[in-house]
Amino acid sequence: MTGIATAPNDRGSAANAVEVRGIVKHYGETKALDGVDLTVREGTVLGLLGPNGAGKTTLVRVLSTLIKPDAGTAFVGGYDVLSQPKQLRRTIGLTGQYASVDELLSGYENLYLIGRLLDLSGKEAKARAAELLERFSLTEAAKRPAKTYSGGMRRRLDLAASMIGRPKVLYLDEPTTGLDPRTRNEVWDEVQRMVGEGSTVLLTTQYMEEAEQLAHELTVIDRGRVIANGGIEELKTQVGGRTLQVRPVRPAELPEMARCLNETGIAATFSADNGLLSVPLTGDEQLTAVVGVLGTRGFGIAGIHTELPSLDEVFLTITGKPATGTVPTRTKEPVA
Amino acid sequence: MSAATLAPGHLDDSRIGLRANLRHVGALTRRNLMRIKADPESMLDALLIPIIFTLLFVYVFGGAVSGSQQDYIQYMVPGLLGSTGLNLAMSVGTGLNSDFQTGVMDRFRTLPIGRSAVLMSKIAAETCRALLSFTILIAFSMMLGLEIRTGFLEVLAAIGLSLLFGMSIVWISMLLGMSLRSAQAVQGVGMLVIMPLQFGSSIFAPTTTMPGWLQTFTKYNPLSALADACRGLINGGALAHSVTIVVVWSLVITAVTAPLAVARFRKRT
Repeated sequence: MTGIATAPNDRGSAANAVEVRGIVKHYGETKALDGVDLTVREGTVLGLLGPNGAGKTTLVRVLSTLIKPDAGTAFVGGYDVLSQPKQLRRTIGLTGQYASVDELLSGYENLYLIGRLLDLSGKEAKARAAELLERFSLTEAAKRPAKTYSGGMRRRLDLAASMIGRPKVLYLDEPTTGLDPRTRNEVWDEVQRMVGEGSTVLLTTQYMEEAEQLAHELTVIDRGRVIANGGIEELKTQVGGRTLQVRPVRPAELPEMARCLNETGIAATFSADNGLLSVPLTGDEQLTAVVGVLGTRGFGIAGIHTELPSLDEVFLTITGKPATGTVPTRTKEPVA
Repeated sequence: MSAATLAPGHLDDSRIGLRANLRHVGALTRRNLMRIKADPESMLDALLIPIIFTLLFVYVFGGAVSGSQQDYIQYMVPGLLGSTGLNLAMSVGTGLNSDFQTGVMDRFRTLPIGRSAVLMSKIAAETCRALLSFTILIAFSMMLGLEIRTGFLEVLAAIGLSLLFGMSIVWISMLLGMSLRSAQAVQGVGMLVIMPLQFGSSIFAPTTTMPGWLQTFTKYNPLSALADACRGLINGGALAHSVTIVVVWSLVITAVTAPLAVARFRKRT
């Protein structure tokens, strides 16, 4: 594609697709961004985690050249958001809560339009639109106006629209907010596929579970400031990882079950109140080990599920105070 | 890492060429026209206003104003041509406002296209709508008895002049569209601007019976000049003065409001 020159090497390492240093954006008294630093390595997914109003969307808008920061520097694909907006726009794709498709136009027309605006020839734009409609299972609905699409179809069309120009860096701004679990999984599958094909992704989310599913690294922000960042595992160790919860067939056996597990070196606690046995999971094998131990000792298991620390718990652990926005209290992930 | 350390060659050198720009305007114009196709009701103003206004004024006021409906058609329809362009121009701001509201504009702004392409495409699509509306107005009026007393070229000139003036008003409409909060507000304020201009002019009635202050207003109202010019072009008669006034007004309005609209657009984008 035209316009993509080799990334100048005096600005950030070539291995960093996104480099943000000290970005500030104030709206009057409100400090939407108050000196944010973050880095997304090429070919990875960075999860930008934070409650409503933390500044996630403002940062995405700065990195998409939609708003200008008051201070700080940001480079995407080696291009400066301030001085090289046009080259930068060629390297990014945006799927946001805000950047949207035209509801009156059909899915096909939306994609064709964007293709033409990205300087594809009529023929190329047509082919690319058809290819992406096929890939996102929208071929059947291609001729219908986007306003008739379901929430999931609409989100898939948004994703397709952001991918027309084969962007090197994709911003996904809360891609699954408001979607039902099945549709959410469809979107996750697509994102994973894009990453598999080499895209670099900046993903904003309010959900710890989503970040864990998709991201390699996490940056947690609150009130315009980065309050933690690092690898998922690192952060999980910091805030505590998953907990396995076991519901026994016979609640009276809870103390005995905990004792057996403790004997084999697995830390387990139980609560007679909710009738659950809790085991902090320290590794992938541990779930199997717990079920194995309980099984061989003849305890009946009625159900198990694993629980992630919620965003609230992450915030509590990191900052010692609850998140500023409203977020769901716990994300549950049934495994049996 | 500061901008000062950048070599000049690293600045935003990918200026968008004329051909690419035209291609973008074309693609966006196509989008605007497809929107009309998807929402045919949005064409009602362009299709029905000329018909309703013609019927209403010719049959309700025609006899009273001019003594005969035939005379009134010859008097009023050319003026209506000009105000139709004005009416349509005002709807551009509404569309622009909704593009900002729905997030479509954000999508465009993350694409490597010139800022002006979005505005130019609005003008191009509006021109198509206006041309259709003018054609309907003239065809329908001819069915009611309008005589073209000059020639085809003069009629084209009247259409061109109305279009020129309408396109200068488009910039005002865009300014409103980008300054007001909702599409409804844009429509409301647009009506407030249009109504006095339209009726405080010589379009519907000769100004001689109006009070002095209103005569002064109508005299300087560009729509009066436009109505006079179109009358001259369709009925024959003196032209030079009124045509000059319309052209000057159009250029002045464009020269003042277009840069303001573009600046406003850049600021919001």
